[in-house]
Amino acid sequence: MENLAESRDRGCHVIGRAWRGMAAHLSSGRVNLTALREAGRRELREFLDKCAGSKAIVWDEYLTGPFGLIAQYSLLKEHEVEKMFTLKAGRLPPADVKNIIFFVRPRLELMDIIAENVLSEDRVRSPLRDFHILFVPRRSLLCEQRLKDQGVLGSFIHREQYSLDLIPFDGDLLSMESESAFKECYLENDQTSLYHAAKGLMTLQALYGTIPQIFGKGDCARHVANMMIRMKREFPGGQNSIFPVFDTLLLLDRNVDLLSPLATQLTYEGLIDEIYGIQNTYVKLPPEKFAPKKQGEGGKDLPTEPKKLQLNSAEELYAEIRDKNFNAVVSVLSKKAKIISAAFEERHHAKTVGEIKQFVSQLPHMQAARSSLANHTSIAELIKDITTSEDFFDNLTVEQEFMSGIDTDKVNNYTEDCIAQKHPLIKILRLVCLQSVCNSGLKQKVLDHYKREILQTYGYEHILTLNNLEKAGLLKLQTSSRNNYPTIRKTMRLWMDDVNEQNPNDISYVYSGYAPLSVRLAQLLARPGWRSIEEVLKMLPGPHFEERQQLPTGLQKKRQQGENRVTLVFFLGGVTYAEIAALRFLSQMEDGGTEYVIATTKLINGTNWIKSLMEKLEPPPF
Amino acid sequence: MGFIAGLGLAEGMALELTGKEERVIALRSLTSPLVCLLCCRKFELYSMAWNLKEDLRDCLVAAAPYGGPIALMKNNFRKEKSPGSRPLLEIYSASGVPLASVLWKSGQVVQLGWTASEDLLCIQEDGTVLIYNLFCEFKRHFSMGNEVLQNHVREAKVFHTEYGTGVAILTGAHRFSLTTNIDDLKLRRMPEVPGLQKLPSCWAVLSQDRVTIILLAVGQDLYLLDNTSCSVVTPPGISPHAGAYVQMAVSFNYCYLALFTDTGSIWMGTSSLKEKLGEFSCDFRTPPRQMVWCTRPRSKQRAVVAAWDRRLLVAGKSKECIQFILDEDSYLVPELDGVRIFSRTTHEFLHEIPEASEEIFKIASMAPGALLLEAQREYEKQSQKADEYLREIKDQNLLAEAVRQCIEAAGYEHEPETQKSLLRAASFGKCFLDKFPPESFVRTCRDLRVLNAIRDYQIGIPLTFAQYKQLTIEVLLDRLVLRRLYPLAIKICEYLRLSEFQGVSRILAHWACYKVQQKDKSDEEVAHAINQKLGDTPGISYSEIAARAYDCGRTELAIKVLEYEPRSGEQVPLLLKMKKSQLALNKAIESGDTDLVYTVVLHLKNELNRGTFFMTLQKQPVALSLYRQFCKHQELETLKDLYNQDDDHQELGNFHVHSSYSSEKRIEGRVAALQNAVDEYYKAKNEFAAKATEDQIKLLRMQRRLQDELDKPYVDYSLHDTVYGLILDGNHKRAEQLYRDFRIPDKRFWWLKIGALAEREDWEEMEKFSKSKKSPVGYLPFVEICMKHHNRHEAKKYAARVTPEQRVKAHILVRELDQAADAAIEHKNENEMNLVLSKCTAATDSSVVEKINRAKAQILKK
Repeated sequence: MENLAESRDRGCHVIGRAWRGMAAHLSSGRVNLTALREAGRRELREFLDKCAGSKAIVWDEYLTGPFGLIAQYSLLKEHEVEKMFTLKAGRLPPADVKNIIFFVRPRLELMDIIAENVLSEDRVRSPLRDFHILFVPRRSLLCEQRLKDQGVLGSFIHREQYSLDLIPFDGDLLSMESESAFKECYLENDQTSLYHAAKGLMTLQALYGTIPQIFGKGDCARHVANMMIRMKREFPGGQNSIFPVFDTLLLLDRNVDLLSPLATQLTYEGLIDEIYGIQNTYVKLPPEKFAPKKQGEGGKDLPTEPKKLQLNSAEELYAEIRDKNFNAVVSVLSKKAKIISAAFEERHHAKTVGEIKQFVSQLPHMQAARSSLANHTSIAELIKDITTSEDFFDNLTVEQEFMSGIDTDKVNNYTEDCIAQKHPLIKILRLVCLQSVCNSGLKQKVLDHYKREILQTYGYEHILTLNNLEKAGLLKLQTSSRNNYPTIRKTMRLWMDDVNEQNPNDISYVYSGYAPLSVRLAQLLARPGWRSIEEVLKMLPGPHFEERQQLPTGLQKKRQQGENRVTLVFFLGGVTYAEIAALRFLSQMEDGGTEYVIATTKLINGTNWIKSLMEKLEPPPF
Repeated sequence: MGFIAGLGLAEGMALELTGKEERVIALRSLTSPLVCLLCCRKFELYSMAWNLKEDLRDCLVAAAPYGGPIALMKNNFRKEKSPGSRPLLEIYSASGVPLASVLWKSGQVVQLGWTASEDLLCIQEDGTVLIYNLFCEFKRHFSMGNEVLQNHVREAKVFHTEYGTGVAILTGAHRFSLTTNIDDLKLRRMPEVPGLQKLPSCWAVLSQDRVTIILLAVGQDLYLLDNTSCSVVTPPGISPHAGAYVQMAVSFNYCYLALFTDTGSIWMGTSSLKEKLGEFSCDFRTPPRQMVWCTRPRSKQRAVVAAWDRRLLVAGKSKECIQFILDEDSYLVPELDGVRIFSRTTHEFLHEIPEASEEIFKIASMAPGALLLEAQREYEKQSQKADEYLREIKDQNLLAEAVRQCIEAAGYEHEPETQKSLLRAASFGKCFLDKFPPESFVRTCRDLRVLNAIRDYQIGIPLTFAQYKQLTIEVLLDRLVLRRLYPLAIKICEYLRLSEFQGVSRILAHWACYKVQQKDKSDEEVAHAINQKLGDTPGISYSEIAARAYDCGRTELAIKVLEYEPRSGEQVPLLLKMKKSQLALNKAIESGDTDLVYTVVLHLKNELNRGTFFMTLQKQPVALSLYRQFCKHQELETLKDLYNQDDDHQELGNFHVHSSYSSEKRIEGRVAALQNAVDEYYKAKNEFAAKATEDQIKLLRMQRRLQDELDKPYVDYSLHDTVYGLILDGNHKRAEQLYRDFRIPDKRFWWLKIGALAEREDWEEMEKFSKSKKSPVGYLPFVEICMKHHNRHEAKKYAARVTPEQRVKAHILVRELDQAADAAIEHKNENEMNLVLSKCTAATDSSVVEKINRAKAQILKK
């Protein structure tokens, strides 16, 4: 028992550490997302104050990351949160507090754990504690019924919801961090996350004004737009009197563009995510390259814990390089290194007291810049080791062949060899799916061959995973004799041969040649409009549509000359960092005329995306 | 008398009302005229529209405070009961306009009273209290306890405290019982009064420090009854010869108490009986029929009003009193700031003259307000005197005070003309002031407009300014709604610009709730009428209206009204309650709120039999997929049934594969499950999956055999890993067997085998294998794998055998840069040359670098 408590306390420690961080980066963009974060914090404080006295929070572990982006631990402390535990079966660890608050997602399995916690509590002769439950993002009748069935519903004094739908990740980025959204929507026909998305958009509109134009492509997009229109009617109090910040909302189904997440992202941030995985803006890196360089202790005690870094635009250098093609990053870093060392050299020239004083005043900023540079140089080194490997190169070559339409209709040698060498299954699945998508499905013979190879090599249990991929349309049989992909590729200019990685002039730089279809859709919508690509739109799954939301007179925008439009692009089912980079590139284009804010159900990459679709079958233990 | 006539009369009255107003100022002594001790006035509110046949004294009467309605019931106590002649319960507005009446069919009523929310309480002899609304519609009933049944209620009083509306009764057994809140009924039986043999001569309910107590008088003794005890009390300063107490009165705010004795003495003091305020002796010995306090908040002056059959007496601190002659039976209604007095023909209001009014209207007053009023009058006459008066005020620097007085006084006036002239004066005075804040003036104008509207004859709510402020606009609106005066309420909301949410919407919702109870109209008509009027008004809850319709037994109407409800979250629970589950399901799906869908689905599951339930889901794909998710986590067996019903063989196959992992432990069980899967896959015409699963069964069986024979775990390894493991252990024959049985492609088998052999470091076997036939994967993999296991020697062997295209790569791998360079130069391939160059280090490979650079130069030349 003690061990359990101890481990939970340790868990709490980790949470606490993750909860640092400032919010300045949220206000840096065109739309000040601090307001959204503030609204979230206010709601949280109000709830905490409802439970008077000292509190302990029991966390649904999945929520700690997203919550960290809304409020630091200090905010909780100010509101008398004294202890934090992770939700686990059994008995709650002892804590001398008046209130126990469960922060949970509305899931039945979690309700069972909570019930167990509460029921075992009564047997202990500890002082009476008040229980509360905070559902994130929404209260659920289903869950409350389950608590009732377990006979504990009455134990909760406050049962409330915390509508944490869209969490601000950066000045132009919002995510719901709903891991299974894609799987639920496209595989299980469970549109819960879309409901949350629509609610999140309503919250956004309440803060930033009604969005006058809604465009969309895909079934889920249609569904979300319908719900938004419906919810607008449901809102009491009628008209929103806030001047609209967003001009346009573009809703995109992930299954309209299944290709982009499958390809390896080649931007700096994209590669960090591909290789190490970014979670709630944090990345954990192998520690070796981050050993403190102190004289005399050469490599004596290398850190063993992974180095944890927060990545967002609050860091000046990172904001500059995150969206560059990785091949353009190294030169920026070396340029920065020169500038910084030159700046440090300045001290030798500082003669007068005044000059020294000025130098010293800049010192903290320079030191921060230097440590930031050191960190990113280390990360770049780590990544370079991988990108220069032969296997990375071979893999990329095959991907690019597929995307440019070479040999997509037959069994690929490299893929076969990778299977034979039992490379990671997800890598194989990404390649096979990529080929399938670039060929509008595979011929029966080719498909069956791949499937057989996979089952024989990785185990027959993966038959269900393959089935899931087929259901999601990632892997499919070519039904019609026509392959639509080349038409789409040509019309939308998805493959650009003359890509400039250093000074890009087109979004295709993010994949070194491939221009993400999703972002092309956004780009073409802004100029010249979707009418120009009607034919291609029909080839892509789901309906495309346009809706207008009436604004009260007086709120209609009169655009200043040269003022950019603001478009919110919502990716239903996930978005990659490369796609985000491409949209940011479009925002920064001088004659672009549109700035983008990005929202998504989840920040994804090919690996975690495929993983979310895999069926985890474990052989029974003997 | 009809409405029109009534109205005409009211207007006619209005003209002469000021004339009828009686203003009485009693002065103690003419020598000190400034000490005014008792100033009160009485004016007519209405001339009653009712056409009462009986005298008030023959009726049970109850009038609600705050200008509330009047209930009458012909007192069936006194007269002989004749069968067939049941008493009539009638309810009138304060102006005597009949609101409703009903023939009383229940038991003997002892007392009538109004609750704070204007419901009528009819307290019966048997202790039952029946609650009716303003329109004589029965709402509910409760009982004051069982012991009352035998002893009967002899007397009862309805009282209001911070807890709500209370009822106190006195039984035939001389015991008191009370409840402080009829909406949260807790009966309290008060302790016995020792030696009480007859009914007390008078009693009253007091509320002190949130405790409700009863004060009763028996002859010359006063008793206080609280929850636990009974104590004798004596009012301070009462003369010993005062006599027996025959009447008592508690003030509106429970602060003051008045006692009337059979010697004609009135004792006035605080209700805590700690302080005496005054004593007054009158000529009457008979107990007054009614005695009430006439007070005003924040005023020091207090007076007691006592009424006999033909006489009204107002007594204060002074020795003098005011007397009025009553022409008819009158009934007194104590109010917050005065007393209403109504009789068969008139309804009057008696109150202390407010200071501001007194200052202005006092004869020959020189108060700034009075002067301002005069100034304005002169101004209208275009007389220069206006300037004189104005100057007089301004000289004293009292203009602001004058304006303030006029505004305040206007609020106290009942008569619109007087209000107007005072406001005109204020407005006039304001012109000469620089910075007089306009709010009070504007607010008073607005409030008066509202008050005049509701005081109108047809509405009949004679609220004073002070009462209105105390009541608040929200409560007033509620009262209008209770009287079903929806249009007026809406007009007021619009006039006062109340937010739609708390104003118009709320009233429309009430109207609609009333509308659904109109049984003479068809469902369509009512639903349509409601939607016509309400439209999309924000804040309207159609579901609440529907709930009301459902409560009235009009399910169909409820459904129709619910159609207009935009919030599905509100529609669904009611539809479920009405057992319209299918419709609820539709609505839940429409909303997109999956939690709501789940709720309905699980509701349906309990409500319907399994077959119908499945059929219902069949029609709703969204609900079906959600239920499948639910089953996947909660009821696996049901999931199978669902697939079965759909003939979804693919999913059934998957289901069996799943269960071969999750629920089966023994190999036989797993094989059986997989065999089921095979059958289903065949039915689904998914040949690939069927064959693959057959292979899996084959593999599983083989693995078990291997496990038994070789005593090593093999089960649940993939085919690849199984073969690999066999080779690793040197079981080449068995490996070959699997390779053939499962038709592993050559290429993959070769990759696999050389990998395993290298791990086993069986270089001999590898070489043998490489020579067994021409390698389908070429020889570069051999080089790579040998190097991976750090065997350069072996690697070199294979480097020599690779195809020319791979030669450069192979040589680089085995770190023979010189040969790599040769091969590259031979190929004349610049890329290959660069690749070699990139592997060169200046220190050791300078000759190679030189060689390549030479070759490159040569190529360039060409």
